[in-house]
Amino acid sequence: MDFWISQVFNGISYGALLFLLAGGLTLIFGMMRIINLTHGSYFLLGGYVGLTVIWRTGSFPLAILVGAVAIAVLGVVQWRLFLHRLAGEELGQVLTTVGFALIFQDLALVIWGGEPYTIPAPAALTGAFNTGTLYFPVYRVFMIGVAAVVAVVLWFVLERTRVGAMMRATVDDAEMAGGVGIDVRRISMGVFALGALLAAGAGVVGGAFVGVYPGADFEILPYAFVVVIVGGMGSLRGALIGSLLVGLLDNFGKALFPEFSYFTLFAPMAAILAIRPTGLFGRA
Amino acid sequence: MGKKLTLGVVAALVLAVAAAPPAWAQKGPIKIGFIAPMTGGAAQVGKDMLNGLMMYLAERGNEIAGRKVEVIVEDNQGSPAVALTKLRKLVESDKVHVLTGGLFAHVGYALAPKVDEYKIPMLYPVMAADDLTQRKPSKWVVRTGWTSSQPSHPFGEYVAKTLGYKKVAVIAMDYAFGYEVVGGFQKTFEENGGRVIQKLWAPIGTTDFAPYLSQIKRDADAVFALMVAVSSLRFPKQYEDSGLKAKIPLIGGGTTFDEFVLPSLGDEALGGVSPLIYSAAIDTPINKRFVKEYRAKYGKVPSYYSETNYTAGRWIDEAAKAIKGDVENREKFLAALRKVEIPDAPRGPIKLDSRGNPIQTIYIRKVERKDGELWNTVVKTYPAVSQFWTYKPEQFLKDPVYSRDFPPCKYC
Repeated sequence: MDFWISQVFNGISYGALLFLLAGGLTLIFGMMRIINLTHGSYFLLGGYVGLTVIWRTGSFPLAILVGAVAIAVLGVVQWRLFLHRLAGEELGQVLTTVGFALIFQDLALVIWGGEPYTIPAPAALTGAFNTGTLYFPVYRVFMIGVAAVVAVVLWFVLERTRVGAMMRATVDDAEMAGGVGIDVRRISMGVFALGALLAAGAGVVGGAFVGVYPGADFEILPYAFVVVIVGGMGSLRGALIGSLLVGLLDNFGKALFPEFSYFTLFAPMAAILAIRPTGLFGRA
Repeated sequence: MGKKLTLGVVAALVLAVAAAPPAWAQKGPIKIGFIAPMTGGAAQVGKDMLNGLMMYLAERGNEIAGRKVEVIVEDNQGSPAVALTKLRKLVESDKVHVLTGGLFAHVGYALAPKVDEYKIPMLYPVMAADDLTQRKPSKWVVRTGWTSSQPSHPFGEYVAKTLGYKKVAVIAMDYAFGYEVVGGFQKTFEENGGRVIQKLWAPIGTTDFAPYLSQIKRDADAVFALMVAVSSLRFPKQYEDSGLKAKIPLIGGGTTFDEFVLPSLGDEALGGVSPLIYSAAIDTPINKRFVKEYRAKYGKVPSYYSETNYTAGRWIDEAAKAIKGDVENREKFLAALRKVEIPDAPRGPIKLDSRGNPIQTIYIRKVERKDGELWNTVVKTYPAVSQFWTYKPEQFLKDPVYSRDFPPCKYC
């Protein structure tokens, strides 16, 4: 029993981190249909900026804030100057964003060096809750909490506010949205910024868990895409369920069949896509 | 008359040759080709390696055996395919005299046949794949580093006898280097009465170790972990967070607690015991000078990557001196490289065994905090350890190379 409880807990906490990352991607890729391979770079750069803030100020919340906002600004600049010209041109998007990812990777190497770092979590978030033989590391609980808050806020903004309605309208039919007086460009920019913000925030939160190091960008990127594709393009609920599914599959695969851990992760995904090509909650 | 003239010509020729300055004086610099990842995930390791080599050459005023030295650096981004392209470039268009560098066992295996084809000596200061000096030797590869299982052999004995652990659970990276480090440990540990009760293999790049940690058998006396690079950074923290550190001591392969990651680690690494061919904390005047000057120059403590490449520079220097700088004669150069003995490297005395792997000191190290920094304090030294430990080479080589299933896990 202990085994199952702790494995489910581990799977959910890893899924929480994936959700923070994939939530942003589902906005940019799923809703705006921009294939953004720079998403992993936002995660990494967010981590690095957060690290610098921690070194300077020692404040973890400030690190999350500054890291996320700085990279959101970077994302907006990237969108304004390049990506919004490439609407609908998938090949152009892929080439441009891969190019950016490589440039960011080398820039990070120049600025922060190649040394691997971890972001020091505040003392209150280290250690573990201990009940009998079970251990629940505090930081993992924290990640689950952050993911839950982000999920609720995102859902509320998208489904229950005027801005959210404008966002959905813009994504569904930009021309009509423009026709009824929505500032399409500003809304698109906002959605893109929010996506980058979430990825960078995940970079700081995840940086205390997986570390901040060259190569993290391309390591984490496929997971984010898998989550979005399996969950269904543009569906927030899909991203949430997809993250949990990937987290749990990854975890149980490793725990039960360590030799086949990649198989147990990717085989169910292939099966899901074969049965539902639009993903679990995607619309055709 | 005709005969006299011939004789005269011969005499003149002989004189001319004898009087000519030594060949090297006209030949320009000795060119060293260096291949390592300079960009991408392993770039920092590549930099540590290059720093070591350049520091040695700078100490010699960039001159070896009376000739200037030129180092041509090529970035292979950690990939075997790119390494092969760069090798061709260095040999064919730069016309280097000797090659060095390289990171990751599979790159080592990829380069070796090509190096033999070109008949050009290449030093392997880091790449440790066992079989390159065991069952699949390569004529032109001169290993100045180590075999993966070399530090593990004495460590197995140390853990069984000195630390007195009876049952050990293993978690290691799932690739050749992991198999060899773990295999060497298991062999000697079990021969000294210990039992490996569990072996878990995690893929390289594993971010979350929790699924493995929750499976670790709680009746183990110690956990042996083999981590490399980024995983060394993550593992100790997750080990502590899972509540295991308080119950089961953590030991491991040398790279788990490498100087490369120590500055980024905190209390979670304290107490970790591991073996390696080097520790920055070796208490000899030579090493202290090395560490001090390396820090002054590059602002950090040297890792074993820096030391082995520093010593590789020395190695090339000694061999070139022995043949008076005639490095163009590759056969002669290779023979000289194989004969080098260094009694006073920062890591201790080194010479090659008959199969071309260094016989050297193995250090058992324990992570401790000193003046606010983490160091690998040396708790025991095993001098003059060969890749075959105390076994007869012929006997040892009859076994297959260490793998996932060899030695078999009898007590799992």
